[in-house]
This record gives sequence, structure tokens and C-alpha cells, in this order.
Amino acid sequence: MRMARIFWTTAILSGVLWASRAVGGEAYVIEQKDKQFVYKGKKITVLKLKVGDVVEFRNVDSFFHNVFSLSDVKMFDLGSYPQGQSKSVQFDKPGKVEIECAIHPQMHMTVEVK
Amino acid sequence: MVHFVSVLKLHPLLPRKVMCREKRMIRKEGCTKMLRLNSKFGQARRSFLAPALRFFLIAIGALAAHPCLAQELSATSFAAERQIFRLPSEIPAPPENLPTPERVELGKMLFFDPRLSGSNWISCASCHNPSLGWSDGLPTGVGDGMRALGRKTPSLVNSGFNTINMWDGRAPTLEAQAWTPMLESAEMHGSEEAILVKLKAIPGYVSAFAKAYPGEGITKETIGKAIASFERTIISRDSPFDRWVAGEDSALSDSAKRGFALFTGKANCTACHQGSNFTDQGFHNLGLKGSADPGRFAIVPVRISRGAFKTPTLRDVTLTAPYMHNGAYRTLDEVIDHYDRGGDAKENLDPNMRPLGLTDQEKRDLVEFLKGLTGKQQPVVLPRLPQ
Repeated sequence: MRMARIFWTTAILSGVLWASRAVGGEAYVIEQKDKQFVYKGKKITVLKLKVGDVVEFRNVDSFFHNVFSLSDVKMFDLGSYPQGQSKSVQFDKPGKVEIECAIHPQMHMTVEVK
Repeated sequence: MVHFVSVLKLHPLLPRKVMCREKRMIRKEGCTKMLRLNSKFGQARRSFLAPALRFFLIAIGALAAHPCLAQELSATSFAAERQIFRLPSEIPAPPENLPTPERVELGKMLFFDPRLSGSNWISCASCHNPSLGWSDGLPTGVGDGMRALGRKTPSLVNSGFNTINMWDGRAPTLEAQAWTPMLESAEMHGSEEAILVKLKAIPGYVSAFAKAYPGEGITKETIGKAIASFERTIISRDSPFDRWVAGEDSALSDSAKRGFALFTGKANCTACHQGSNFTDQGFHNLGLKGSADPGRFAIVPVRISRGAFKTPTLRDVTLTAPYMHNGAYRTLDEVIDHYDRGGDAKENLDPNMRPLGLTDQEKRDLVEFLKGLTGKQQPVVLPRLPQ
């Protein structure tokens, strides 16, 4: 009985998450690795997205990182977080967004939202 | 058990994998021992286990303490980690300002010339004194009119490796940085126009600029380029640590080697002091008492930047006291005590900061390691300035 409840709860939650993702756009994972923004194993400087897409910033370095943008299109500060943690941002307006790590200024990339 | 743990503590040069494996064994052995003590045969088994375990621990301890093995470990362990700290032989320079002897010599003249200040009395070298580790030995700098400044004069040692300059990172290049104190009213109180007029009226400078930057003349750009070219020659290398990295095992004392293990491990120094120049080129709030300076926040208004300052190099650190952005500490012992406390002011403290629980011996080992970062000192020949 209990197992069945867990099964149905999981199934419903998965469905809700799938539906929200379909509405919200594609999800991208950017790693913060060796003080660089890395996408699919390579350093990335420009990422092209569609309105509604979500970017997850995952810290894989052994020290803290931050992610912020002061761009008019999307202004945010994800704070600082350690290895293994990630935070996400949804880009809801078209335009260019300059993204940096406030701790390590050599880490910067541009997100182009169309 | 106590014996074994102390062996591990005494031998931080053991490879990390070995240490982890042995620590797991300690935990496993500990659990096994507790379970057995709870069993009805516990007493009998303990009587058997105790001498066997003691023999095992002593044997491992003796093995680790054996001079031959210790030497082998110190020569081979951290081999990969050491290479991260190998200082590049070439100093990076922008393609439009590659160093030449003429550019370096001109830059040196400008660096030592007080006519670059409004008072004709303060040169770059007034604060960046080569006799004081290219700093000034003061808690905070002294500027125009002998007024005290808000921050410690940063050493110029190895600034050629910087990707960002000044305590708050407001100068992206050395070329740009060279002009910042010259134009700052509190510092050298100069003006671009006045400096250009003065230099253009000195024939020795006209010919020196023509040789160093043919066809470019005496401009704001060429002045910045020349000073940056000279600053890129202020390099600390060939330290005992560098020799150890290159494979000379006796270049560092055992205490300094233990200090290196702490530096990259328990003391977490490499969270910020990374790579061959011992800086992540990043900005951190270290929780210094009574510091109201916004630091990096004035340039990047993001919460984590408040009270954060650039991580300085640790090369030649024994020559550049006092320490921290406000010169709060006179000695390296005081600095290490600060980190051991996990900082004092907790507001917006860098998240890498935490109490370290260092023993007195560990603190001494860290200082010994830092002493090993003092490079081979090169004599500085002062330039004759054109009149």
C-alpha cells in the first residue's frame, strides 16, 4: 500500500516536472570547473538560448564560486556555493546577458537569448 | 590506536590515498573493536586483539618512520601537486607591448623618477621600494602631502603574472595600473598633461622613447607600456620551494614540507592562494576586524564583493610585511592565527573561511613553508635619470 502511494506520488511529480520543463524551455548545465565556465567538457564564452530556457550552474571545483549578472536583460546574483551544488536561472527576455563569477573575475561568459 | 593516529599526524608526507586508506582502516578497526567488546566473548577476544593490534600499528608506524621510506615518500609524493606550482619561465606580455631592453630600461627610469608626481617628490619607487620587497614596510601607504592612505602598498613582486591589478581589481592590465596612482590626488597627485609636458622637455627621455617605441612618441600609452615592461622584470623565482618543485628534495626542511601538506590540505590555503604564483586572481572577504573598506564592492556591486580584496601572491612573502589589505598584521604568525580563528568579523565572510584547529607545530610548519617562497634576490641597479 505504502509502496503504491510512493509510486504514484513519484509518477505525478515527474509528470508535473516534465510539463513545466516543456513549457519553460530547454535546460542547460554549465559547469564551473578550473575557474572556467564549461559546457559539455569545453570552455564556453557564448551560449545561445531561446526565451524560457533554463541554465543550471554547477560548481565542480573544490572551492566556492558565485554567479551573477548586472545586465539589464537579466540581473541576478546566485550567491556563493560549494563543490557539488548548483543553482539555476531562467532567461525570460531576449538580449545579451554578461555572466561572471564575483569571486573569480576571469570567469565570464555571454548568454545570447533569442 | 593513539600510536597510529600520531604516526599519521607526524607523517603528512604520506600520499593522500594511503592516508585515506589507513584512516578507513582505523575506523573499521575501531568499529570492529567496539562490536567485539559488546559480545559475550569480548573480554577474551580483546585480550587477543590488543597485542596483535598494537604490533600491527607499531609495525606500520616503524615502516612509515623509516628514513629510507620517508625519503622516498617525500621525493615521490605530491609529485603532481608540485608541478601545479612550477613558475612559468616566460612572463606574459600583451602582443602590442612585448618587452625589449630599451622598453625595460625606459620603464625603470620612469619608475624611479619623482617628476611623475605633482610634487616632483614622489616616484613609483617611493612606495614600491625594492629594499622593502617592492612595498614600503608600512601598514598603509603614504601619499601626497605625507597623508596616510587607506590600504597597504601591494608588493610588485611577480605582478607580471597578474590578470587583474590592485586590491580592488580596478586596473585590468599593468599598463593601465601604472597610471592609476600617478593620477590619484591622494597618491602622486599628478596630471596627464603636466607629466607629458615635463617628459617632452627632457631630451634624454625623447631619445629613450624614440628607441623604445619608435614612431609612437611620448604619450599616455607609451608611458604606461614602458612602466609595465619594467614591472614585468620584477620576478621572484629560484626559491627553495622552486628548487624542491624541480626535484631537489633537500631544498626544503621537513617542517616546510609538512607546511606544504598543510597548505594544500588541512589549512585550505589553496582555496585562494592557487597555482604557481599563489593567487587565484580572485577577491575574498577575510573577516578583518574594524575594516569598513568596501573593497571590490566599489567596482562590482554584488553582495559577496563587499569587503573583498584581491588575493596577493605569497612569493617573497617574508619580505613584504606587514600583511593584509590594511596592514593589520606585523608577522606571518599573526596572519596564520587569523586564519586559524576562521577570521574575526563574520559579516559577509568568505565562505572558504572556517576555524582550522591548527596545532602550534602545524602553525610553525606553515610559516617554515612560507619562508621557503623567498626567491633568489637579484641586485637592483638604480637608473641615472635624464635631466
